[in-house]
Amino acid sequence: MEEVLAYKSPDILADTPTHFCPGCHHGIVHKLLASCLEEAGLARRSICVAAIGCCAFIYNYVLVDSLEAPHGRAPAVATGVKRSHPDSFVFAYQGDGDLASIGLAEIMHAANRGERISVIYVNNTVYGMTGGQMAPTTMVGQKTTTTPGGRQAQTDGYPMQMAEIMAGLRGVRFAARVAVNNIKNLKKARKALFKAFEVQQQGIGLGFVEFLAACPTNWRMSPVEANARVAGDMIHCFPLGVFKDETPEER
Amino acid sequence: MSRIFVKGNEAIARGALDAGCRCYFGYPITPQNEIPEYMSRVLPGIGGQFVQAESEIAAVNMLLGAGACGVRAMTSSSSPGISLKQEAISYMAGSDLPGVIVNISRGGPGLGDIGPSQGDYFQAVKGGGHGDYRQLVLAPASVQEAYDLTMLAFELAFAYRNPVMVLGDAIIGQMMEPISQREPVHPDPDESGSWRLEGSGERKPRVIKSLRLAEGSLGDHNLHLQEKYEKARRECRHEEFLTQDAELVVVAFGSIGRIVKSTIRRLRQEGYRVGLLRPVSLYPFPSSALQELAGQGRRFLTIEHNLGQMVEDVRLALCGQARCGFYGHLPGNLPTPDDFEEPIVKAMKERK
Repeated sequence: MEEVLAYKSPDILADTPTHFCPGCHHGIVHKLLASCLEEAGLARRSICVAAIGCCAFIYNYVLVDSLEAPHGRAPAVATGVKRSHPDSFVFAYQGDGDLASIGLAEIMHAANRGERISVIYVNNTVYGMTGGQMAPTTMVGQKTTTTPGGRQAQTDGYPMQMAEIMAGLRGVRFAARVAVNNIKNLKKARKALFKAFEVQQQGIGLGFVEFLAACPTNWRMSPVEANARVAGDMIHCFPLGVFKDETPEER
Repeated sequence: MSRIFVKGNEAIARGALDAGCRCYFGYPITPQNEIPEYMSRVLPGIGGQFVQAESEIAAVNMLLGAGACGVRAMTSSSSPGISLKQEAISYMAGSDLPGVIVNISRGGPGLGDIGPSQGDYFQAVKGGGHGDYRQLVLAPASVQEAYDLTMLAFELAFAYRNPVMVLGDAIIGQMMEPISQREPVHPDPDESGSWRLEGSGERKPRVIKSLRLAEGSLGDHNLHLQEKYEKARRECRHEEFLTQDAELVVVAFGSIGRIVKSTIRRLRQEGYRVGLLRPVSLYPFPSSALQELAGQGRRFLTIEHNLGQMVEDVRLALCGQARCGFYGHLPGNLPTPDDFEEPIVKAMKERK
């Protein structure tokens, strides 16, 4: 009988057991990213700028040339990489505390300059590696270790909706929010990644993809409960969709 | 060699370009604005990149990114802005990344003023960022030296894969002098070939990082860094002026070294046997030159444009072998050779 290859793992995805917690979405995003980079033929000229926290470990799984940025600074570091080596394909991989709190100035201005980079933003509503403290994306009412009674809008403000904010900046040519909690969403996420890559390849501006991600450990939930929270509360608070698409075929 | 009449800040920008600098990242701050302004005029026309960043923090992180690609790049700022850059300098040191940082320092602490000061000696030399690291520090005393040392800074940054700081002040940055420009350097395209990021192509992917969690790996990395700093000792540079028969050796760096030299010339005419040792590299510090002079029975006086920073390194180098007095000129005031006459004469009259 002829053997049919039903599935092949991307070559640039490390063949190693994951260290991420059960039910964490980072691994799914890594795999998706690796397969899209490979399919787009970008893997060998990619430079990944990893942020800190759980995001830092992307270089242990997605095997491309990689650089580690200080907390929040990945878009500035990626600017330096792309400007000094414009032939490379440059993407930043950042979490929500990193991008939407300490690194807000860097992402806003890299976006506003229309840097030819792709930003992969993983939003799990908490500081993950640090132990589940409130992030700028924590939902109103959500309990964290620094909002033990739940986030109060009156004192702690509101969750920041970065994909929409990015879409409002002229230097951004593609901005979307996606999820990887089911196959249907995974397929849309895949499409969004290709679009974000495309605007960089076309040299027209910055591509931004926000991934909603589960953090069962810090949410004090089982992987199944956490996945359900993404599908429920989280998508309710952070609607999925493409907020801007100025790829040549859509213009 | 062309002879031109320029401000210190422009000399630094020209030195950088002649050293092969092709990316500049900066943020406006007085008194160094001629550097970004010159870079913004010249870099785009020679295939380089100029980015006015949103902050000093972003600028130095762009430098980190360019350094990781093995590209000769620079950022510049002045004291408060240099404080903001310390985080990334620590990361660059921890990741073995080259880059040139220029500090045209001003008076502090805090917002201070925009006048000259040497109040950033500690920050530059002792490491203003976190962790056990060093940056090489060069301190020009003239516009020509600002040009020359900026060129040298790029050589050292890439030779040691380490951040290098050019520490000037408002005097050096704003004063105009004639300089001789050198032949531009064309860096070997392979100077970073063994480590830079450029996309993996057919080789194994590279990771440049400072996070080292595996047991023992951070310790090993710190040992590697210390070995590097030990090797960098050979980059020690200093100037001696009339020290051979001097009873008293004044130790002063940068613009103050230059001004003290004038005072010494005058005092020599009055018969005072006084000389000058001017550290050109502040890290590595010219300790052995000081020790040699101490061994010959010299006494010392450190003069700085602050209230006592480098004097600690002088005393450390002398290690009790000889006495070293101190005179500090207040920040914000522009000193003249007259200002240093009295303290030097007083130090000369003190008995051993």
